[in-house]
Amino acid sequence: MAKMNMIEAIRSALDVLMDKDPNVVILGQDVGYFGGVFRCTDGLQRKYGEHRVIDAPISEGGIIGAAIGMGVNGLRPVAEIQFADYIYPGFDQIVSELARLRYRTCGEFFSPVTIRTPCGGGIRGGQTHSQSPEAIFAHISGIRTVMPSNPYDAKGLLISSIESDDPVVFFEPKRLYNGPFDGDPDKPAISWVSHPKGEVPEGYYTVPLDTAEIIKTGEELTIVTYGTLVHVAQAAADAVGVDAEIIDVRSLAPLDVKTLVDSVNKTGRCLVAHEATRFGGYGGELVARIQKECFYSLQAPIGRVAGWDTPYPHAFEWQYFPGKKRLINAINKMMEAA
Amino acid sequence: MATPKRRRKAAKPADTPVEDLLSYYREMLLIRRFEEKAGQMYGMGLIGGFCHLYIGQEAVVVGMEHAIGPDDAVITSYRDHGHMLARGMDPKGVMAELTGRSGGYSKGKGGSMHMFSIEKRFYGGNGIVGAQVPLGAGLAFAFKYREEPHVCLTYFGEGAANQGQVYESFNIASLWKLPVVFVIENNRYAMGTSIERATAGTALYRRGDAFGIPGMEVDGMDVVAVKAAGDEAVAHCRSGKGPILMEMKTYRYRGHSMSDPAKYRTRDEVQDVRARRDPIDQLRLRLIDNKDAEESVFKEIDREIKAIVAEAVEFAQNSPEPDPSELYTDVLVDA
Repeated sequence: MAKMNMIEAIRSALDVLMDKDPNVVILGQDVGYFGGVFRCTDGLQRKYGEHRVIDAPISEGGIIGAAIGMGVNGLRPVAEIQFADYIYPGFDQIVSELARLRYRTCGEFFSPVTIRTPCGGGIRGGQTHSQSPEAIFAHISGIRTVMPSNPYDAKGLLISSIESDDPVVFFEPKRLYNGPFDGDPDKPAISWVSHPKGEVPEGYYTVPLDTAEIIKTGEELTIVTYGTLVHVAQAAADAVGVDAEIIDVRSLAPLDVKTLVDSVNKTGRCLVAHEATRFGGYGGELVARIQKECFYSLQAPIGRVAGWDTPYPHAFEWQYFPGKKRLINAINKMMEAA
Repeated sequence: MATPKRRRKAAKPADTPVEDLLSYYREMLLIRRFEEKAGQMYGMGLIGGFCHLYIGQEAVVVGMEHAIGPDDAVITSYRDHGHMLARGMDPKGVMAELTGRSGGYSKGKGGSMHMFSIEKRFYGGNGIVGAQVPLGAGLAFAFKYREEPHVCLTYFGEGAANQGQVYESFNIASLWKLPVVFVIENNRYAMGTSIERATAGTALYRRGDAFGIPGMEVDGMDVVAVKAAGDEAVAHCRSGKGPILMEMKTYRYRGHSMSDPAKYRTRDEVQDVRARRDPIDQLRLRLIDNKDAEESVFKEIDREIKAIVAEAVEFAQNSPEPDPSELYTDVLVDA
């Protein structure tokens, strides 16, 4: 076991698979010589060569499209889109080509592309470097949407994603790259070193796709969340002193409904939380599924905490970010309900 | 960096053996008759949805097909029936896909615009204008990565030539010296908009100039010219010089799709091209004039093609519809 932050864990996953499978190639803006804007691919070009870690032009449609062609012709490309906010020029390629290839060829062709992209706010990136667009991708049938919340999962899920014959959009909450951010920007940053999920095996292992993880068991309330808010939710539940069960969805699509439903049937209360905007957000799907399966066990309406329905503001970042205070309020409200 | 070159190839028919010319003739005629039949079946309600006929453009795919081998890759847009037939895919499977039957290449789930064959290295059949072009670059990348001598023919129309991702692909392909032949099928109309009304700078073979991609202007109605130009383009790619761009001057006789008011050009314009430049008639006349083949040979080919198309129609009507359970298969890896 080694201590790794999320950047090192992601780099390690790429390293392990590039070593194992010569068909794995990486392409993206600044992934090679520069080592990636967040350093996730640092050193890999030196180790594996320019033909396997490929510096691409600023052409998201071209990068994703070329990756799809590589994938359908036998390679296993990992495309990096430098920020999730930059993914939209490649959106058509993801929806119309990548996600549909298997279906329209009845399984004859597929393209096992993994698209890695950093998402989320908390780094004062403003509206074009802070977005959480996961709901848009989870909505598309034919791709998997994954978002880890810690180094251990990041490595294991990334290995599973690259090895999967399905295309995966792999979101990396960038506020978590260096530490388990609990939602309080005024506190000194915590590193992954002392966190149990910062213990990461150096070699090959996988974390299965399609599985949610119960981060902490509890009896009074279930908090269903993912990404950065996993850590914020834990901090909020601790502050209230409620015995919350915290579930990290981590595979947004396909979704592990059973883990969620079993938990809510047990606790009788459910709060759904994500950083992305509320309207049409992924939380709506979670609420609908849980409501249908757990209706007669619920002691309170399902709660929802999310980003405000505005572009991500630069100036009001911590008012926008669904932080500890908003989660505490929501938890209190749920516990007061009958 | 390669110097862009422009030329119109007009190879002499004498360069090509008669048996090859007759093969071209047979393959072009198969596409023509298949498409005519597809049009009829559409009119009868046996084919639904979208259906883009290739009639008039046959020389392009047949000539290019003879310039490549079975291990090379082909990818194109939605006017794809001709590409598949030229590639040697089974007319029965293509027609059954048009009728949405389980015997179709995509079990009926793809339809006219979305058909594939792993065996024939045909990568679709793609319904979004221009979206297949970066995929073509990626397919070529994989060949180069594995040090295989193959090329990828990446077809798109003159309408798609105005899509941004085409130029992202040009840049990537030239930068990485990928073995991709970009083939612009300039049939003059993007749906109902003529090239002059939508395109600034209509010399499309020069669109690669800025990327150092050499361009060739080719008479896409002359299968021999297409084959000769194709040989040269493919040799360029195989020798490791990177991509090349071909503009095929061609013409589509029928509407963009089956619902086309045809108000954007005159009947005379279409008739004129048919009379003077039709790829099949021209080749036939050439063979007869040179006394290379007699009428009876063409009659025999006609009969043969008619039988193939009739068999495809029969199959496409009798193949069962896909089982409803197929709706949820092949979305992701089926567990």
